[in-house]
Amino acid sequence: MDFTTPEELFGKAKQDFKNIKRSILPILPIAAGIFLLIMLKGMIYSINPEEVGVVQRFGKYITTTSPGLHFKLPPIIERVQKVKVKRVYKEEFGFRTMQSGVKTRYSQRNYNDESIMLTGDLNILDVRWVVQYQIKDPVKFLFATRDPRKNVQDISEIIIRRLVGDYRVDEILTIKREEINHLAQLQMQELLDNYNSGIQIVTVKLLDVNPPQEVKAAFNEVNEAKQEKERLINQAWEAYNKAVPRAKGEAEKTISKSEGYLLDKVNRAQGDAERFTALLKEYKKAPLVTKKRLYLEAMTDILPKVKEKYIIDSEQSSLLPLFNIRKEGGQ
Amino acid sequence: MVKIMTKVLISIVVLVIIMFISGVVYTVDETKQVVITQFGRPIAEIVDAGLYFKKPFIQQARYFEKRILEWDGDANQIPTKDKRYIWVDTTARWRINNPLKFLESVGSESLAHARLDDIINSATRDAVTGHLLVETVRNSNTIIDNLIKDEDVTKSKEVIERIELGRRNLENIIFQKAKPTVVQYGIELIDLRIKRVNYVTEVRKKVYDRMIAERKRAAEQYRSEGRGQRAKVEGLMEKELKKIGSEAYREAQKIKGQADAESTKIYAQAYEEDPEFYAFIKTLDTYKNTIDENTIMLLTTESEYYQLLKKSEPKK
Repeated sequence: MDFTTPEELFGKAKQDFKNIKRSILPILPIAAGIFLLIMLKGMIYSINPEEVGVVQRFGKYITTTSPGLHFKLPPIIERVQKVKVKRVYKEEFGFRTMQSGVKTRYSQRNYNDESIMLTGDLNILDVRWVVQYQIKDPVKFLFATRDPRKNVQDISEIIIRRLVGDYRVDEILTIKREEINHLAQLQMQELLDNYNSGIQIVTVKLLDVNPPQEVKAAFNEVNEAKQEKERLINQAWEAYNKAVPRAKGEAEKTISKSEGYLLDKVNRAQGDAERFTALLKEYKKAPLVTKKRLYLEAMTDILPKVKEKYIIDSEQSSLLPLFNIRKEGGQ
Repeated sequence: MVKIMTKVLISIVVLVIIMFISGVVYTVDETKQVVITQFGRPIAEIVDAGLYFKKPFIQQARYFEKRILEWDGDANQIPTKDKRYIWVDTTARWRINNPLKFLESVGSESLAHARLDDIINSATRDAVTGHLLVETVRNSNTIIDNLIKDEDVTKSKEVIERIELGRRNLENIIFQKAKPTVVQYGIELIDLRIKRVNYVTEVRKKVYDRMIAERKRAAEQYRSEGRGQRAKVEGLMEKELKKIGSEAYREAQKIKGQADAESTKIYAQAYEEDPEFYAFIKTLDTYKNTIDENTIMLLTTESEYYQLLKKSEPKK
């Protein structure tokens, strides 16, 4: 194609443009529609109930949006980061949960680096604990520190070890656990606030606190010895309780018996005395007769019982008295 | 109308995209700070987040972290003043507070870490070697005060030393020493802490041995306490039994004595009236009780019983 005049050239171009325009024109609304859709998709976002949206325009923090449907400017201009503020996160120290559930499985690996620590009396303990935390300030959480989770981990180790270093091994194993939990939570929060981390510690809990594997047996021995001590004392008291009340009962029996003896003796004496007095009264009225009567009555009782009787007359003293010596006994 | 709106919006977006691509505008995130360099020479620093303009192509934006960063050193094996070998692991928090200086002196985070390693490790070493082990472990003397309050015999007999500084102050010493040194790198040291202190393996074994010995001693003490208590209770029981028995005996004898005395008195009062008659009656009673079928009796005719018999004999 060759053109002779600029007008011709211009006219041709105009014609071409018209042609192009005519051919593009029908697709243009569709393209615009698609473009709009894409833009729109970047302009609508939703926030779930457990989270909030942190909106930045050209990188600068603008606002925090609550759960629900929201509009924003297209992606290059505005950006939203969703932060789960309601969720409670957990960090474990000295152990790891492999799979939680009804019967939680734990990692078999040991995490001695984390859990072995020095106590105030320079002994060694194996301490395991968990820290639960929440994001209390999403803006600080995102913009103040780069690795909030690492902060929680480091601070947790710093504080727990520092606290354990302030107690004796027996205290940590027994009575001071609650105190340590409480202090750890306070001190961790203080440090995290110092870093502006936007994190709230929900709870710190010491879980297993054990003597190291190597000395566990010796610790158990102490517990057994304690039990044994209790057992020995209980046994002794058992014997005591078995013997002493019985002895008390028997003592009362002895005393009662003697009281019985007293009654018996006195009553009998009184009886005998009264009988004698009565008899005496009658005797005095007729002494000789009564005496004789009593003597003869006694003889009547006695003589029939006697096996052999020999009667010797004093006037016949020349005669040898005759003894009937029984042979039975002698042979 | 809608068509115009659409056109305007599209134009704006296209314009912005073009501007970004060409490098005229750039954004600074809340987490970042920027140093603008012109042909490599730093000319400005931007700390606040937002949208900024610069000359395209000849000016360049270099981004640095604005947030607090963590530094975690390797654990160092350090001897303490009392010659105990321990591992000390420190951790620190720092921030690029002068990005211009930071860019000039170190340039990147990894290089900054290397500098921090040197500075903090040497400060830690200095502080730890100059102090006793307990100063790195404990933070206060409450442990000793409590020990005085409750004197439990089973507790460790090992003397617990008093501390002068404690871990918190030791950390401070390290921190104060390191803090001014890092300023030259455009870095602010925010916090420095001892994370872990542990015995080296050989020392740890000795500690275990000591702990075992201590427990064995405690166990033995419990056992012997148990035996002692048992003996005590047994002794108490023995005493109780003897006391109960003897008291009962004493009481019983006393009552029996009373009985005998009382009865004697009664008898005496009665028999006193006619002792002779009493003797007569008693003698008869004695006969009745002592003479039985084995008795052989010799009686003279003189006796009262036969006197009548003799008298009634017919005279020869």
